Order: sequence, then C-alpha cells, then structure tokens
Amino acid sequence: MRGWAALMGVMKRVSTIFRAKANKALDKYEDPRETLDYSYTTQLELLQKVRRGVADVATSRKRVELQMNQVQQTSDKLDRQARDALAAGREDLAREALTRKASVQSQLADLQTQYASLQGEEEKLTAASQRLQAKVDAFRVRKETIKATYTAAEATTRINEVFTGISEEMSDVGLAIQRAEDKTAQMQARAGAIDELMASGALSDALGGTPADDIQAELDRMGASGSVDGELAKMKAELAGGAPKQLAGGAPVQDAVPDQTPGYQAPQPNAGGTQ
Amino acid sequence: MIIRIMGEGQLRLPDGAAEKLNELDVDLEAAVDKHDEDAFHVALHKLLERARELGETLPHDAIEPSDLILPGEGATIEEVHDLLADGGLIPG
Repeated sequence: MRGWAALMGVMKRVSTIFRAKANKALDKYEDPRETLDYSYTTQLELLQKVRRGVADVATSRKRVELQMNQVQQTSDKLDRQARDALAAGREDLAREALTRKASVQSQLADLQTQYASLQGEEEKLTAASQRLQAKVDAFRVRKETIKATYTAAEATTRINEVFTGISEEMSDVGLAIQRAEDKTAQMQARAGAIDELMASGALSDALGGTPADDIQAELDRMGASGSVDGELAKMKAELAGGAPKQLAGGAPVQDAVPDQTPGYQAPQPNAGGTQ
Repeated sequence: MIIRIMGEGQLRLPDGAAEKLNELDVDLEAAVDKHDEDAFHVALHKLLERARELGETLPHDAIEPSDLILPGEGATIEEVHDLLADGGLIPG
C-alpha cells in the first residue's frame, strides 16, 4: 500500500481490522455527513462511560485500601499476642501467633499487588479520558466545518479520515474500559471473599479455618487462672495467719486482679507460670 | 507514519523507522504463533521501547488514523489473538 507495506505482521493486521470496522460503519449512511453526527453522539456516550469507569476503579481501589488497613491491624494484633504469649512463657502460643502473622502478611502483600494494579488502571483510564475529551472537542469543530463547507460528495474523503481516526480512538478506549471493568470485577470478587473471612472471624484458609481469636482466648484464660492462683494464695496466707474467718463479700474471682506476683504456683499444667 | 500504542496514544514516526521496527515485529509475531508468553512480553516491550524512541507523541486533539497499531504494554498473547480474530474484541 504505502512505504510501510513491508511491515507485515501483528501491527498491520490490527490496524487493518480497525479500518475495516470504521469503513463498515461509514457505509451505513447514504450521506456521509450523517455519520459525523451519529459518531459524535457515540463519542459523548463513550466519554461518559470512561468517566464512570474511572470512578469504578477508584472505588475498587479504595476498598482494597480499606482491607489493607484491616489486614495490617490483624497482623499487629498477632504480633502483640506473640509478645504477650512469649512474656508468659508460652512459646508454643507465640509460635502459633507468628505463623498466622506470616500468612496474614502474605495476604497483605497480595492486596498491595492488587492495589498497585488498580492504581495503574486508574491512571491509564484517566489519561484515556483526557485524550478522548480533547479529540471529541476537536471532532465537534471539524464536523461543523465539514458540514458547512462541503457537499456530500466532496466531504467523503475528509469524513473518511476523521471518522476512521476517531473510530480508532474509540475502539482503543472501549477496550481499555473493558479491561478495567474485568479487573475491577475480579478485585471485587476477591475483596468480597476477604470481607467474608474477616466477618466470620476466620482470617483465611491459610489459617486453617481457626478463629483468629483463639490465641487471645488462651491468653485470657492464662490471665484468668493467674488471678485465681493469686486469689487462692492470698486466701491461704490469710487462713494460715489466722485472719478473720469471714471471707464473703470478696470480689468475683474473674475480676480480681492480683496486685503482686502470686507466691503460690497452682499445679495445673495450663496455668500461666512466671517461669 | 503514525502508529498507535494501544491504551497509550499515537506517535508520529519518521520515514524509515518502520524498517527498524520490522525485525522486532517479526519476533513478536513468532511469539504469538508459538504461544510463548515470555518471549512475547520481551518482544513487545522491546518493540514499544523502540517505537517510543523513534516517534514523537501526537497532540491529544489530533484525529488521525494510524498506519500501524501496537498492542499496549502488558497485553497478553490472548488479547492479541482476540484482536486478530476479526476484531472480535474491538467494540463498536
């Protein structure tokens, strides 16, 4: 065809397809000038669609951001629990907490990847929207000029070029929107799954479906039995020292907070020891 | 010559630039035909880099058909296949 005819392959084939598509649309109208008006309407619709697309991607990105914060909080909590457990001499619990933290961290990394991908999509669509806006504005001007200056017969060549040019842009933008929509849908499905896991208290499959709070429950239990031990020790000391026999009126055992290190160690294996 | 990088915009290339892109395009098409995703990404990236080096960005308000259309960075072989399959992917 022209100088670049030597360049066969993907690039030319794609451009040929785009042109064929535009020509087919042009053939639909007897007066090519009608094509311009029709195309302009389509362009405005597409612009709206791109803007909606940008907004959708942004919403999706914000949702992922929110989840990243939640997952980070979970990770921090597990870290705290690991420290508490270790301080209480429960290395097994600490290990469990850290294992979970590791899988939560990998989830976080996955979310970060998603976030970056959505951010990239958002930038691309925003740029596409700006390009399209500039072209649509230019098209409106050229359309009126062509209509005012040329007869239908004369206008054909000019219309052909401007129409093919804008159709190509619209096809490109249309594909970009489709891609962004697909990506957003994928992300939303994944985000929904994570939300459900969060809501159910089980963080993820990687955690073996165990409620994330069982470590906390164990720590609480240790804390509670520590209090019981303290209370018992206090009572024994009082009894041994001939303290008043009336013990009633004491605070409920669960709420009692020992104000000193228990001097007596209960023999239960589960009791939180100071060793 | 005007080329479009899909999702990115159009570039105007000087005469003769096509020759320089041509050899890279051959690699690209070979990768597509063999369905070699890794080779495809490498070839596509090289091709786009070269095109950007050689070309000059067209103003946003230019309305001109492209002589050549390149898949955008990050495109997959599948997407290119779809593009080539009678424009099945192309809306409108």
